[in-house]
Amino acid sequence: MTTLSDPPHADGFRLSLLVRDKRYRSYTFQAIALIALFVFFGWLASNAIRNPVLQQAGIDFGFLADPAGYDINQQPIPYTSQSSHLRASFIGAINTLIVAFLACVTATVFGVFAGVLRLSNNWIVGKLMALYVEMFRNIPVLIWILIIFTISANVLPQPSAFRGDDPEASPILGVAALTNRGFYLPRPYFTNGIGAVPDDVPADGGAPVAQEVASIANWLIVLAVFAASFLAVRGVNAWATKRQNATGRRPSTFWTNLGLWFVPIILTLLILGLRWEVPELRGFNFQGGILARNSLIALWFALSIYTGAFIAENVRAGILAISRGQTEAAAALGLRPGRVMSLVVLPQALRIIIPPLISQYLNITKNTSLAIAVGYMDLTGTLGGITLNQTGRALECVLLLMAFYLVFSLVISAVMNAYNASVALKER
Amino acid sequence: MAMTDTDTATPQMEISDEVAIEIRNMNKWYGTFHVLRDIDLTVHRGERIVICGPSGSGKSTLIRCINALEEHQRGSIVVDGTPLSSDLKNIDKIRSEVGMCFQHFNLFPHLTILENCTLAPIWVRKIPKREAEKTAMYFLEKVKIPDQANKYPGQLSGGQQQRVAIARSLCMRPRIMLFDEPTSALDPEMIKEVLDTMIQLAEEGMTMLCVTHEMGFARQVANRVIFMDDGQIVEQNEPEAFFKSPRNERTRLFLSQILGH
Amino acid sequence: MSDTHAESVAFVRESVIPPAPPPAKEAGAIRWMRENLFATWFNAILTLVALYLIWVLLSGVVPWIVNGTWQGSSLAECREILQGNGGGCFAVLRERWPQLLFGFQYPDYLRWRPVLAFFLLFVAVPPALFVMFLPRWTLIVTAIYPFLAYWLIWGGTILTPLFAALGVVAGYLAFSFTERRGFVLGLAAGVVTALAVWWIGGLLAGEFSRFLRLEAVVSRAMGGFMLNLVLGIVCVSLSLPIGILLALGRQSSLPVVKGFCVVFIEFVRGVPLITLLFVANVVLAFFLPPDANFDLILRVIIMITLFASAYIAEVIRGGLAALPKGQYEAADSLGLDYAQAMRLIILPQALKISIPGIVNVAVGLFKDTTLVSVISMFDLVGMIRGPILASTAWAGIYWELWAAACLMFFVVCYGISQYSQWLERQLQTDHR
Repeated sequence: MTTLSDPPHADGFRLSLLVRDKRYRSYTFQAIALIALFVFFGWLASNAIRNPVLQQAGIDFGFLADPAGYDINQQPIPYTSQSSHLRASFIGAINTLIVAFLACVTATVFGVFAGVLRLSNNWIVGKLMALYVEMFRNIPVLIWILIIFTISANVLPQPSAFRGDDPEASPILGVAALTNRGFYLPRPYFTNGIGAVPDDVPADGGAPVAQEVASIANWLIVLAVFAASFLAVRGVNAWATKRQNATGRRPSTFWTNLGLWFVPIILTLLILGLRWEVPELRGFNFQGGILARNSLIALWFALSIYTGAFIAENVRAGILAISRGQTEAAAALGLRPGRVMSLVVLPQALRIIIPPLISQYLNITKNTSLAIAVGYMDLTGTLGGITLNQTGRALECVLLLMAFYLVFSLVISAVMNAYNASVALKER
Repeated sequence: MAMTDTDTATPQMEISDEVAIEIRNMNKWYGTFHVLRDIDLTVHRGERIVICGPSGSGKSTLIRCINALEEHQRGSIVVDGTPLSSDLKNIDKIRSEVGMCFQHFNLFPHLTILENCTLAPIWVRKIPKREAEKTAMYFLEKVKIPDQANKYPGQLSGGQQQRVAIARSLCMRPRIMLFDEPTSALDPEMIKEVLDTMIQLAEEGMTMLCVTHEMGFARQVANRVIFMDDGQIVEQNEPEAFFKSPRNERTRLFLSQILGH
Repeated sequence: MSDTHAESVAFVRESVIPPAPPPAKEAGAIRWMRENLFATWFNAILTLVALYLIWVLLSGVVPWIVNGTWQGSSLAECREILQGNGGGCFAVLRERWPQLLFGFQYPDYLRWRPVLAFFLLFVAVPPALFVMFLPRWTLIVTAIYPFLAYWLIWGGTILTPLFAALGVVAGYLAFSFTERRGFVLGLAAGVVTALAVWWIGGLLAGEFSRFLRLEAVVSRAMGGFMLNLVLGIVCVSLSLPIGILLALGRQSSLPVVKGFCVVFIEFVRGVPLITLLFVANVVLAFFLPPDANFDLILRVIIMITLFASAYIAEVIRGGLAALPKGQYEAADSLGLDYAQAMRLIILPQALKISIPGIVNVAVGLFKDTTLVSVISMFDLVGMIRGPILASTAWAGIYWELWAAACLMFFVVCYGISQYSQWLERQLQTDHR
């Protein structure tokens, strides 16, 4: 009598068992699959070895240390054309993250607004939002980027238009100038912080490294205060909940929280001596401040408004997915509409909205690679663009480029999985 | 085991000495959880066995093991002389001899009733389509829904769907039928039509293993009732004796709960 | 409440109350406006803001269209005709229309061929889209179309697509004759037969290359919106079977197969399409035989297909996961083997669930075909950015060209997504 735990048939091992027997079958198929994979990748590798170009150049990442020899027009950290390709790539990566972060924030704002407004019972607003969503979802994002870039480069005034006694254009509120080269914005700096610069000498682009570090340290202080405020507010809310549980009455926390949010941060900024360096027109161009190139602006705005349309649909679907029954049940229990929203609908809707939202953030990050179409120097523009063309190291550059995006995506996916797991736990 | 009791409504039927299913010392674990412990069970051809027990007692797992839907880890199962081993040929042979009905019917929603019934005969038994359709209509008539043959499962009531599922199994001409709680997903008024079909099947001498809580059915049809708890066979007996004088404390408790109201 | 209740519980109605119209002020357009536009003061503000926005949009767009001119052969001439009345210079569309559609290298006297292929699309696609309403035999038209379209667009002897089609048919026949003896055997027989027919066909097509010959057009000459359509249609069609295999592989219990599929899918989904196009442009050639002639468009098709198949695999995986476990068990208990269970029971249902997702991927992919303009291929966007805006006659004209591009993509993508929603509704009411 045979059982699953018995050794193979007593009458000996037959070759047909390799395919027929559940125990060996999977090994057989996997062996075949492995052989097929090896043959395929071996074929690719042998082609690569026989390739004359690769034979001559080999695979070598040493070029990263060589001077890049090209300029980058948007430098979040110091860089000259004598810096290495590695540093150029690094700047590209930072630029990628900057525009990705900005676009994620604004896309969320657009998306939530449009999604909620589309559900409003105002007929005309609902239709307008539907128009927005359909229009942006059905036209390639590359076209949007190019259109917005074209507008900013051709419709906005030149810096010289701000000149003269009766200029054709004037800066918004006297501090921010929107020109066809980009947006000139005021730059914040500290006069009393660590490594402070005297008030009358604004730090310029070529600040020494020590000053850069000091400036970062000052911003870290601001961030720390902000985090402390956040924790304090959470503490106050926890206290309020405790009081509510104990006495049945929830103490009003609105003014306390408002104070906790704003008073510490304003004080910190005052103590550090926050000043704004306003861009000034000198000659035919603006000096000082921050210049956000119109390539950045176009990419940022186009990605936000394009992805916003998708997020709007996610938000709408999330809210619609909460059945009417939930709202009615909460209302029947006597909760007021605000509480129905915050206690019943939103917690459930967020659970549905957040996973697709995060994958939209991933899409934004991947779509920032379209920067190359408008000349914004992100990682694809530096490493995958000029560095690749100058050094001819196609294989190495593309590998590094893919590795960067891949790592970033995997990290975000891990975060998303962790979130899903935590939500799933709460469900039980 | 022969039928002696003639007082009950149990129809008199021949039970041969031929063994249909032989389970010896069978054990199964889910991870570290021991679901089936030392199961020994011999089913003769023509026997009708009802398995009952509290939920989680392993009764469904037992009959799913017989059809190789679950793998057991120790012990042996022999169906119609074919040992259930890891050899796919044996598994296929056993599956084509053993029909199975599920709690949730598991009809294929994208196929019509007729296609549901002819699918396996055509692809597994390699029977010509026309013949398979004839067989299917024969069994659909037997379960009294030939007029629904060209509808889709979603258009039928639960009771009708379960009867189609029975007909679908019968189309493979099985020698043994397994039922996994066939009536527990049905509305009360539909239970009877399914039970009637099963009784009819029993009267024709089909070897049947039913996991069910329908004690009326057990009394009327079964010639053996098995009570399982904690993955073990706690008690088995002829229905009359089983219901009248259960010997094990756990059986008594279970019967009082299930029949008490 | 009422007297009847006070006196006794028993009550019998003896007269019928006729339905009455609602109070007068509750009906009509004013009511509609009050409820839908001015329900609250906040709502009223929203309405006014929306109306203002619409006014701004219309006041810009309407004169641009109404006053626009279709005359003139350069921007300067256009401006002269318009006299600054705010109209658009649509003459550029009239003059460059063939370029926008076909690129600037496709021989102009052969343009009738892609046009014919395009219109045949409307004959070939409906059988697949409306499969539940049309007789099944019409699918033959759909099946013939790819080969016919290839012949029309690329030209050459008809023997090439003919034998390609014959190979597929012969392979399928060999498969269905031997399938009863086992799926793997049938598959092997099918593949061998198809390869044999293709090999013979290759020889014959080489030998009789003038047989029923259309003038050949090289891939490099493809351009304009035609390139977007070709890339979109070809890559989506090719990625469907690959996506199905990847999804099944990812569900597989074999660690090697599953591992490969997971790594492939996650890798492709983790990198931007542009990097894959870079691979097609500058890297892929290293890994292909040095003497083989894979032109850029073919390499791009390979990479976009791989890209799309990873996304389609994820959609189909969702469909597979949505099927109740009972379907797998019922198939098992009836004795169906893996290939039969998948082909007859699981995939038909899983694919049906996945259709909306697949259509979404298809729309996304079609939009993404514009990215090839980054690696200097002249699709619609590439044509606008490159040859047209760089020409001396039309430099400085943007709105009209981009509006045309937007309109073309919008019509196609919106059409497809509307179809998908319609299909979703159909499937919801279908048999279930």
